[in-house]
Amino acid sequence: MMKQAWWKILAFVLLMYTCTYGFLVQVPKLDDRMQESIRNLFFHVPMWFGMTILMTVSVIYSIKYLNKHNATHDIYASSYAAIGSLFALLGLLTGAIWANYQWGKPWSGDPKQNGAAIALLIYFAYFVLRGAVQDEEKRARIGAVYNIFAYCLLFPTLFILPRLTESLHPGGQGSEGNPGLNGSDLDPRMRLVFWPAVIGWTLLGVWIATLRIRLRLLTEKRLANA
Amino acid sequence: MRNYKYFFLSLVMSMLYVLTYAQSPTESTDFMRSNGKIYVVVAVVVTIVAGIFIYLVSLDKKIKKLEQEDKKK
Repeated sequence: MMKQAWWKILAFVLLMYTCTYGFLVQVPKLDDRMQESIRNLFFHVPMWFGMTILMTVSVIYSIKYLNKHNATHDIYASSYAAIGSLFALLGLLTGAIWANYQWGKPWSGDPKQNGAAIALLIYFAYFVLRGAVQDEEKRARIGAVYNIFAYCLLFPTLFILPRLTESLHPGGQGSEGNPGLNGSDLDPRMRLVFWPAVIGWTLLGVWIATLRIRLRLLTEKRLANA
Repeated sequence: MRNYKYFFLSLVMSMLYVLTYAQSPTESTDFMRSNGKIYVVVAVVVTIVAGIFIYLVSLDKKIKKLEQEDKKK
């Protein structure tokens, strides 16, 4: 699976579609507050969907590691967490750019912005923690336990707390349903770009993660042979 | 090293492609300048994303080569 080409080609095709049709598709005008910037939905939002999927894969491998104590699982878990953090960082940066023109300033202390920043800092601590432990087995075990803790904190920081107070993001206090998954709220023409974009960006993240995993497996093998 | 050459060559070629577009004799009906020049942005984004993919393919190839070398041992 990891070395097969078909899903890498799929990622390329989906992202090429996103990066062309995403600019050309008709978007609803509504009251014209968003204007064309709503097209960021195809670029900014998939970063967070992709991050959630990558972090989920990462935590699954951490649980696997705790079960089987297979060092390969630890490499998988930390690589997926690294690419997930990269996606979160890009999501935060692109969000700040968008916010600058939509809400007036790049950082307005919006609960979702704050929550995302906290979640990202919690994941940074994962890498700091790993870097601080010399013994490989200990590092893998402590890392796996911490990764599960970090994953659990994604839910309150990103998905629950921002929805309990007033928020500039969709889905704050007073709104109904789930802002991310309420498919029927999204304009059908935009939905045709949004979901392929989510899959395409996620597959791109998976590709980068697998490259990192393969490189680290090779390095480990050479160190063991040397 | 050779892979990098191909990578930069393809990047430069794709830039040239955009440049030739911009320098062609233009009317107001020019495709790249229509709709508020949105197609210029499309070309830029496509170039960046395609460049990233070309880079990833070359990385993938390099790692595959190392993996095959390791298998032979």
